[in-house]
Amino acid sequence: MTQTELTTTAAASSAEAPPPVRARRRFSREGVTRLLFVAPAALYLVLFFGYPVVKNITMSLQEYTTKTFFTGEAPWVGLANYQAVLNSNLFWPSMTNTALFTIGSIAGQFIIGLALACYFKRRFPLSNFLRSMLLLPWLLPLIVSSATWRSILEQDSGILNQFLGTFGIEPVPWLTSPAVALIAVVLVNIWVGIPFNVTILYGGLQDIPDELYEAGALDGATGWKAFRHITLPNLKPVISVVLVLGVVYTIKVLDIILGLTNGGPANATQTLSIRSYQESFINFEFGVGAAFSNILILISLVFAVIYLRANRRAVDE
Amino acid sequence: MTSVETAVVHVPAHRNAGKERNRSAGYTALGILFLAVMLFPVYWMVNASLQPSGNTLTASFFPLNPSFEGYARAIAEQGPNLVTSLIVSLVTVVFSLLVAAPAAYALAQFRFRWVNVALLAILISQMIPGIVIANALYAAYNDLGLLNSIPGLILADATHAIPFVILIMRAFMIGIPTSIVEAARVDGAGLVRAFVSIVLPISRNSLITAGLFAFLFSWSDFLFALTLTTTDEVRPVTLGIYQYLGTQVSNWSAVMATAVLSSLPAIALLILAQKYIAAGATGGAVK
Repeated sequence: MTQTELTTTAAASSAEAPPPVRARRRFSREGVTRLLFVAPAALYLVLFFGYPVVKNITMSLQEYTTKTFFTGEAPWVGLANYQAVLNSNLFWPSMTNTALFTIGSIAGQFIIGLALACYFKRRFPLSNFLRSMLLLPWLLPLIVSSATWRSILEQDSGILNQFLGTFGIEPVPWLTSPAVALIAVVLVNIWVGIPFNVTILYGGLQDIPDELYEAGALDGATGWKAFRHITLPNLKPVISVVLVLGVVYTIKVLDIILGLTNGGPANATQTLSIRSYQESFINFEFGVGAAFSNILILISLVFAVIYLRANRRAVDE
Repeated sequence: MTSVETAVVHVPAHRNAGKERNRSAGYTALGILFLAVMLFPVYWMVNASLQPSGNTLTASFFPLNPSFEGYARAIAEQGPNLVTSLIVSLVTVVFSLLVAAPAAYALAQFRFRWVNVALLAILISQMIPGIVIANALYAAYNDLGLLNSIPGLILADATHAIPFVILIMRAFMIGIPTSIVEAARVDGAGLVRAFVSIVLPISRNSLITAGLFAFLFSWSDFLFALTLTTTDEVRPVTLGIYQYLGTQVSNWSAVMATAVLSSLPAIALLILAQKYIAAGATGGAVK
């Protein structure tokens, strides 16, 4: 859609454009001004996105520690940092945790988000108001959500265990037992991500023409059948965008985990981004931290490619 | 023809109007229940912030005897941090809009050959994990003396905002008819004048949406607060909350009061500027 718009605008304005000679002169006079419109943003993107990516690559090949900040020396060590990462006994657990955290969060957010989006698609009094209020968890600072959930999940005094206790369920050590901590962190992250999923999926549902449902109803496709044969196929491009963006946003989550468990207990909630943070800013092993974050970038990149493909398909359709 | 059909359908429906009304009331009730479950943690945050003892063990379900001890302590301990967050966020908004709005216009309306490449780069920049940026900025800031400084935080926080602002404003500006700007150009206005006096006023709504989100992104920033400040001098409130959580939490009411104060911008904007927030929520992600 965006692309067609772009070409139409371009075509329309070139049709109105003054004779070529004048246009060329104008362009050369204006060329600089035009570039000045993009120059600040371009410079910013290069300095604050381009440079960090390059710097992370070089850092990961250096012995970059606290000493570096005093002496200015960061000896090249080849792939030693990557070797250290692969040999560390936290590497595979953190890979697994990243995968479990991401898959669990996305599955929960998506299923609940889709259900809510479908629910709010019906028109009923207050439906729009209620739906927009749902956005609140998404707009709160993540560290605020972590703090709130930490009080809710407290083993002895938290409201969740008190609530479960009324059904005779023993207090669950949500954040203090290595066996359940990851589940607790995933549950909180699902809560955080639901609004985003509802919003995007609701937008997608709005774009499905009502006629399709009317035609389907004539053929006897209502309820679940209509959902399977009309809603899902038509929502597919939006679904792929939501899922891929979800993955890209979830694998880099730091605030929620740091706020809830700090990667503990007993490293049960270590993920790649927690590892990267702790290597760099707790152990001051910037080289190792950079190696971890480069692995993270590599994974993001794969999903970025998938996203761009999915998005292009969504745009084309 | 459609109206005839609807009329036909509506005749029997009319007889069931009462039933119909009950049904939609049922939908509303269930919708309220869903919302209540989703927003329960927010309620609990407010409730816990008003508990007198500061200990959730004795927290009652309703703050029947609200105590503002938690708030007094929160303001005493976190007041300066709240001010720091506010300053950083406001300047980040101004900086982000100044940098991103002209670029958004250029990408929407100038016929650059590399527009698609630029858009791709911006999309990808949004996917770069923040920890990557923090790793590199820490070293660079250390050399430049920008650690523990407000300008340093502003520049870093703008990474949350600038790509988003460019994309969302471009999506809007692409719809501005070229004829409007051309007319001004014929009257002798330069590119910059046309941009400032015509494009920006037309784009008011998208500027507001972009600005609000830039504020929320920066206000919520935790990663750069955590990595690029090391002393108490410059300390955003998100880091203040994290430090409360670092030790065994003994006084929940102060923590929750700080959390409530940190949530005020989001809550206020969601209620007062719902239209703009809704526009940003859908606009930034897919388009």
